[in-house]
Amino acid sequence: MNAWVEGSVLPVQSYRITRADLVAYAAASGDHNPIHSDDEIARAVGLPGVIAHGMYTLALAARAADAWAGGPGRVRSLGAKFTRPVVVPAGDDGVEVVVAGLVRSVADGLTTVALEVTCAGEKVLGGATAVLA
Amino acid sequence: MPVDPALVGRSFGPTALFEVTEDRVAAFAAATGTPYLAGEAAPVTFPIVVAFEAMTALMTDGTVGIELHNVIHGEQRFTYERPLYAGAQVAATLVVDSVRSIAGADIIATTSAVTDATGTLVCTAKATLVHRGDQS
Repeated sequence: MNAWVEGSVLPVQSYRITRADLVAYAAASGDHNPIHSDDEIARAVGLPGVIAHGMYTLALAARAADAWAGGPGRVRSLGAKFTRPVVVPAGDDGVEVVVAGLVRSVADGLTTVALEVTCAGEKVLGGATAVLA
Repeated sequence: MPVDPALVGRSFGPTALFEVTEDRVAAFAAATGTPYLAGEAAPVTFPIVVAFEAMTALMTDGTVGIELHNVIHGEQRFTYERPLYAGAQVAATLVVDSVRSIAGADIIATTSAVTDATGTLVCTAKATLVHRGDQS
């Protein structure tokens, strides 16, 4: 584990989501809601277009937490509210999600991190926190 | 139809034992771009696969009054007792923690215990489901 202290700003992680990723995620997770693959259906329920699974965005937050922790299997807790959809346009460019982290506390070998997860400058998760061992 | 507050305390599951295979973990890791080598801990959010089955048992139970197409995933948290590895078999049992009604929506807070084949707790998956009962 790195020598983080309260107030440490963690290295920002950036990830790109494409529709192909969402198709792969639907198959891997069993969540086949068509709002994650079909623009017409997404618009019919009032969305601007195909959106990422909230759980996909949370998986990206988990990637950042793993990166900060220095490898897999060290995240003791991770969670967030799904506050704003991540709209994923068609095409290979997709959309970029940025995960920033600020160390809230370090105690008993555990580091608590507040995450800020944004897409196009807007926060997409609320109250996102992780506890790293 | 609003969800009956008597739902609080009811449990759903355990789900059928789910095989955490290398293929399933690798597919989940690849879809989310998570670095993964065989033998490493599964991605942090992987237990959603089995927790989702327990949530589906709740949402599709005819006595509960949830219309599946009106449900939004509001919040999710995983708390681990130990890392999860391929080779394990896991099952989820969901308990309804609370039901609140706000502005025509039911806010249903749930906790799913994800246990291995010996019944040992691997992780706890807390989900909040938002049911907008007046949409259809």
